Amino acid sequence: MTDKELALKSVEYRRKILKYIVEAKAGHTGGSLSCVDILNVLYNHVMNVSPENFRSPVRDRYIQSKGHTVEALYVVLADQGFFPESDLLTLCKYGSHYIGHPTKKVNGIEQNTGSLGHGMSLSVGTALAAKLDGLAYRVFTLLGDGELPEGSNWEGALLASHYQLDNLCAIVDKNGLQISGPTTDVCNTDPLDRKFEAFGWEVRHVDGHDFGALKEAFAALPFAPGKPSLIIAHTVKGRGISYMENQLKWHHGVPNAEQYAQALEELEEATAVLR
Amino acid sequence: MAEMTQNERATYKANLDVFSGTLQDLASTDRTILVVTSDSRGSGKLVPFGQKYPAQIVEIGIAEQNLVGVAAGLASTGKKVFAVSPACFLTARSFEQIKTDVAYSDNPVKLIGISAGVSYGALGSTHHSLHDFAALRAVHNLIVVAPADNFEAEHAIRLAAETDHPIYIRFGKKAMPYLTEDPSRRFEFGKGSVVREGGDLAIIGTGETVYPAVLAANRLENVYGIRATVVSMHTIKPLDYELLAKLAETGAPIITAEEHSIYGGLGEACASFLLQNGFRNPFKIMGIPDEYTVTGSQIEILNHYGLSEEGIAETGLKLVQKQA
Repeated sequence: MTDKELALKSVEYRRKILKYIVEAKAGHTGGSLSCVDILNVLYNHVMNVSPENFRSPVRDRYIQSKGHTVEALYVVLADQGFFPESDLLTLCKYGSHYIGHPTKKVNGIEQNTGSLGHGMSLSVGTALAAKLDGLAYRVFTLLGDGELPEGSNWEGALLASHYQLDNLCAIVDKNGLQISGPTTDVCNTDPLDRKFEAFGWEVRHVDGHDFGALKEAFAALPFAPGKPSLIIAHTVKGRGISYMENQLKWHHGVPNAEQYAQALEELEEATAVLR
Repeated sequence: MAEMTQNERATYKANLDVFSGTLQDLASTDRTILVVTSDSRGSGKLVPFGQKYPAQIVEIGIAEQNLVGVAAGLASTGKKVFAVSPACFLTARSFEQIKTDVAYSDNPVKLIGISAGVSYGALGSTHHSLHDFAALRAVHNLIVVAPADNFEAEHAIRLAAETDHPIYIRFGKKAMPYLTEDPSRRFEFGKGSVVREGGDLAIIGTGETVYPAVLAANRLENVYGIRATVVSMHTIKPLDYELLAKLAETGAPIITAEEHSIYGGLGEACASFLLQNGFRNPFKIMGIPDEYTVTGSQIEILNHYGLSEEGIAETGLKLVQKQA
């Protein structure tokens, strides 16, 4: 898929994320908008996974550690055909399988997450299984920068390099904001690259909204043979909607009718510019 | 309870030894068996397993949260994963990984809590697991098991390997005699095992308290003519309500005995069922009271709190006399 096609898809994904969050009157808006370009590239350009091969032992795996931005994952999975998009009208509604965090009840989702700091170990185990079985599949996990103080991330990171899991790629959605404020103020994890390098990972920085750069980074995996790869994706929380960008209140803010209309207008303009 | 003689110790194995031997047996024909440990290869008696099947054992290091998360990832690919770690750390340090990565995500990890209860004796409260039944009973989608003897230990492991369901099994370290030589004996999760029958009293034990319960029942019969049923309630969850109701219907007093806090374990699980179903039998929960345990060996600690032949017999006698 070309960069332009990916960009158009992302605009569409953003439109849907907002649509279903408005419909549900709930959701993690800012983070879904910061990570959706990464998911777009993973599912449309990088990973060998589809509704047809989802039960295959050799499919690539995606485990979303920052489970709260599930709305981005839902719209991408629906677009891939894992379930009818109309299912998302039930998001967070009574009795729905489409809750505010990923669960395996939804086709296409590998693991239940939501409590932070769990994706890394799950991904390490899954990648280790591939090595033990001599299978070529890869494991991708998306971490939030706000969840990195969870110690379990570092336990997993340590073991990933111990077992030379070069089939594992973690991506940090580094949007710099968490619920209480800037991540550097809450518990600074910088310099992230040097920390992961010290844990035996090979690290690259990328603009998490630059499709060409994301494609290039994923194409270069593994960054070093015998080492797990980390992509630090520099992103903007609320990306794509002017009044949401870098604004803390949109962590889980839901647009009112007027705000929603403005957001749709901005997305229309974005589409027009791309075309 | 009396210490076993040297001869008895030589005859009987610890359930942990049975666990290790059974795993080796299973691994000999099943390459999907995978043991995952947190520097617990020695304490889990898994050194021979590792020597024989080096490709089927994964060391995580001392990082129990990672142990359980990694085990869940491995199990999600179809491997039969036994995650082995001291029960005290496995069920406390990595409680959330058990809740979320194993039970909620339905990854069929076999969680093996070794040296459970007060097996570590004088090493103290950090090393005791007196909370595991209580904590894990409240986690949905998890079977909780404490085998009483070598027979139950072996069958629990074999069944765990076959079941595609998250499960927690805890073992102690001391040698455990066979509860019965009955060749028709069966083992099934969720079905308590009646190891001795009598109409005056029911003693429900689990794990390593079942053996002293049998000794106590023998003593009650020999000294006082009181005939007691003894049950190995090896599965704490799902609890065998049918058997409980059957025991309660006789009207006889009921004692529960567990190497666990008196809060939240086998005793309270039984009490909850009995009370909510209209049974008002005289009832006593025996376990470790809500305090930091006295210093001592496992046997000394169990004796101190009455989880012994003498202690259980005394409690049984009082309940029967009071009822009369």
